[in-house]
Amino acid sequence: MSGTATTRRATPFSYAVIVALALLSLGPILVMIATSLKTKPDIFSGSFSLIFMPTLENYRAVLGDSQNARYLTNSLIVATISTGLTLVFGCMAAYAIVRFRFFGRDVVSGGTLLMRMVPPAVLTVPVFMIWTYEFGLSNSLSGVILVYTAINLPFVIWILQSFIAQVPPALEEAARIDGANDFQVFFLVVLPMIRPGLAAAAIFTFRIAWNEFILALVLTNRFTRTMPVKVSLFINEHNIEWGQIMAIGTLIAIPPLVFTFLASRQIITGMTAGAVKG
Amino acid sequence: MPSRQGLNRATPYFFLAPAAAVALVGLVYPMLRSVWLSFHEWSIGTPPESARFVGLENYRWLVADDAFWVSVGVTLAFALAVVVLEVVLGVALALVLDRDLRGTSLFRTIFILPMMIAPIVVGLIWRFLYNEQFGPLSQALKALGLPGVPWLSSPDMALLSVIIADVWQWTPFIFILALAALQGLPASAIEAARIDGATRWQTTWYIKLPLIAPVIAVAALLRLIDAFKVLEVIYILTEGGPGLSTEILSLHIYKTAFVSQQLGRASALSNLLLLIVLVLTLLLVLARSLRESRAGKE
Repeated sequence: MSGTATTRRATPFSYAVIVALALLSLGPILVMIATSLKTKPDIFSGSFSLIFMPTLENYRAVLGDSQNARYLTNSLIVATISTGLTLVFGCMAAYAIVRFRFFGRDVVSGGTLLMRMVPPAVLTVPVFMIWTYEFGLSNSLSGVILVYTAINLPFVIWILQSFIAQVPPALEEAARIDGANDFQVFFLVVLPMIRPGLAAAAIFTFRIAWNEFILALVLTNRFTRTMPVKVSLFINEHNIEWGQIMAIGTLIAIPPLVFTFLASRQIITGMTAGAVKG
Repeated sequence: MPSRQGLNRATPYFFLAPAAAVALVGLVYPMLRSVWLSFHEWSIGTPPESARFVGLENYRWLVADDAFWVSVGVTLAFALAVVVLEVVLGVALALVLDRDLRGTSLFRTIFILPMMIAPIVVGLIWRFLYNEQFGPLSQALKALGLPGVPWLSSPDMALLSVIIADVWQWTPFIFILALAALQGLPASAIEAARIDGATRWQTTWYIKLPLIAPVIAVAALLRLIDAFKVLEVIYILTEGGPGLSTEILSLHIYKTAFVSQQLGRASALSNLLLLIVLVLTLLLVLARSLRESRAGKE
């Protein structure tokens, strides 16, 4: 047992506190899921209750709408492709920054940190203008993919740097002596060793791309919309269909929630690496 | 072997090239364009070449615009409130729960759930919770015999309601980092304090907190920078209203550009927001290097 000298024993009170906090975190999410499984009369009955006859009616309505199916597909395409591109480009760049001394290295490394902090809202106007009038990328999924890859790259480079720095250089040396070139060393020796880092980076990237709203709102039309954009339009209609909205909300929340349960350790490692190291 | 040497020197640039190309096209160029556009008047639907150069007019207009200053005030109030609340709550909870708890990893998983779901969805959830007719919060108040609260419809309450949603989502971030820092403290320091007769309270206040302060400072700065990025939750909850009571800068940029269609002015706004974030980032770099130099001495 580590830290027995400093770590005090748990008391019933500490368990009570942590359980209360867990309920506080989960409660609002459970309210959303419960509402998505309710009929309209149940939602508006005037007393919120967790006891009701669950129905999949809202999901049937949401997924039966071909528009929604299309927007979900768009979200999936955009998030998957941009995550793939970000990871490949990002791990290569992180490797260059960690392992090589080259002209301009400090600029690249400092610039990465600065660009990581740019609020997406700041990009809406220029990206809208450039994509529409210079690149011909407006209302296309590739336009959204390009900007998502760009905003996620600094973050991925940042996270992966600390993982790459932990790979023992002796391993790379050994591979070089065996005749591997720099690219073989990277792809066959370094990449397999930073798999946990790649997993964390992939989850964070996918989450940001899947959840992103404001750039997608500005860059898409009614064919290329992603799901977060759709739901924002849906909620400002006059008669809010709460059951269906919560069904869409749950659908949007499912991939991040699943990732969290599958890989909470990697997520916390990534979060800590992002905040503490770098 | 000269050819091998040549490859070595070029290698880092090969590795960097794809990322650099994407960042140049998708980040650097747009930001330069934003600076350019802030000195022009341009309307949607016309090619950018037809934009008219207006010098500092957009900035002059901003400084004279009351809505801009209201938005600055709302942004600062929001950012400071969420950071202070999240740091105080997160650190306090970490101190209380720095114990040999069973099931810590399950609890940690639960605590990161709110951070992982889309801000848009967080907005939906809280808009439902805050609903004055059938929202669970109002119902709970009614069940307790308390009067209803105009969560989102009153200009005095709306900002607080938005802050509560952010605190719900992000306090666990500080909590998890603070707990990790506490559990990583050297046992010797705490042991020594205890032998010297320090009370539990003194140990916390004079030993533990100062030791984790650098981590907390970095985490707080990260949250502060993120607070300037917040847009979605507020867009869904209030769309900046009632009045301008929750119109933070990023939302104000969006509305200026795509609702009032004043793109030059929106660019000027964007550049100002960028400047604020830039200054905060430099502070972050400073805090980090201070911490590293301190860690190096130990």
